[in-house]
Amino acid sequence: MRIFDPHIHMTSRTTDDYEAMYAAGVRAVVEPSFWLGQPRTSPASFFDYFDALLGWEPFRAAQYGIAHHCTIALNPKEANDPRCMPVLDALPRYLVKDGVVAVGEIGYDSMTPAEGTALAAQLQLAADHGLPALVHTPHRDKLAGLDRTVDVVRESSLPMERVLLDHLNETTVKHAKDSGCWLGFSVYPDTKMDEGRMVAVLKEYGPEKVLVNSAADWGKSDPLKTRKVADAMLAAGFGEDDVERVLWRNPVAFYGLSGRLRLDVPVPQTQSLHEGNSILRGGE
Amino acid sequence: MTQPSFRTRDDVSAALPDDTARAWFDEALADAAAAAQAPPQAPSPYLAHPWELRFAAAGRHCGHDNADAVRALLLVEARAGLETLTRLYRHGSAAERRAVLRALPALVEGPHAVHLVEDALRSNDTRLISAAVGPYAAAHLEPHAWRHAVLKCLFTGVPLDAVAGLAQRAAGDGELARMLTDYAAERTAAGRDVPDDLGRVLNLTGEEPKEL
Repeated sequence: MRIFDPHIHMTSRTTDDYEAMYAAGVRAVVEPSFWLGQPRTSPASFFDYFDALLGWEPFRAAQYGIAHHCTIALNPKEANDPRCMPVLDALPRYLVKDGVVAVGEIGYDSMTPAEGTALAAQLQLAADHGLPALVHTPHRDKLAGLDRTVDVVRESSLPMERVLLDHLNETTVKHAKDSGCWLGFSVYPDTKMDEGRMVAVLKEYGPEKVLVNSAADWGKSDPLKTRKVADAMLAAGFGEDDVERVLWRNPVAFYGLSGRLRLDVPVPQTQSLHEGNSILRGGE
Repeated sequence: MTQPSFRTRDDVSAALPDDTARAWFDEALADAAAAAQAPPQAPSPYLAHPWELRFAAAGRHCGHDNADAVRALLLVEARAGLETLTRLYRHGSAAERRAVLRALPALVEGPHAVHLVEDALRSNDTRLISAAVGPYAAAHLEPHAWRHAVLKCLFTGVPLDAVAGLAQRAAGDGELARMLTDYAAERTAAGRDVPDDLGRVLNLTGEEPKEL
């Protein structure tokens, strides 16, 4: 089984996770830039983070046979801190990078005017750079937040079919589907969606334009949730073609809109990692 | 300066996948040449010159196998100086940083760009480490840093074939021989294999190998 996790924060995960993900069938990931739990206070710390998403993290992923791409943006939470807003001015030099396959995560968190300004500006940047956009939908006041998000997307230069609305659930999926956007679902141990509910949504709304992700990060989360959804789909009577569609072809099609996806992971030059050598520690 | 190992413009152009890529390549070189003719105002810390955006995007427009060669030609065409090289390195993805490192011998006379080599050697990314130990490092890296670079290659599994001038610089280097011998002893004590390359470079030092 071939799995593409279209939303996972590998920076917060260990090499054990990479190994387990590979064993579960994960061959490609997209890591959206987001906040780090601890708020940042200056553009410079964003730049180091973006550079890691374009440098160290894909290198790390490649050691485990996983293709790594990223999405770059000023995230909704930190868009509220004026100290971070200058990040917007630096985004163009990042959005041309080969490893960047979308603008994201953008969207609303607390539905503030600053979030709206950053969302609209970054949708325009996506349109200007030929990139799709990964749009996070808020966790609180969810349906109203989704509707507002869809309105802002509709008013932007970016066509709806180049937008992925993420963190959907039973209450938001219908409006999201009606909008013509791609539909993202984050499957979590406690919050967001779970495997059983995900299967029920797929039964009701079909697999078309649906992407499932683990959104695993530094919180309680599980990087193998994509595989668990695949298994739950099969157990519920979905065919392998549907599973492959949701867990591979749909994310490839969405991020492929960038023209920048490279799913062939080059064989690393390093010696085998499987001999217990700490070769990537560089002697530290 | 070390002779550039660049492919010529015609060679690169012939290797590009199609006419769209060739047109992009020609425009990128023109952007770079324009920057060399009339250097723009000092760039903002946040915004990049058009040719520098092309430098970043070279892989997907010209094919990733051609990206290093295209980027090298852009650097030459733009007559990139130390300030520009440093900015492109600092703003670059790993692939862009590698291209800057590889271009150093042809573009920088003297040791002024050695800080970029040292930065790459601090990383644990083998793509950067192998690009850092090229001819520019052979010519300009001071002995302590150079010895640590050799050792880091052994640590991270970068083949020592990547190290330019290995035989010349290793010859008669007793301190390098000591470090290699100690490293071999540490590996042996841990019950691990000693990399084949270690013995090879130890021989190159010409120092008598101690009991490993």
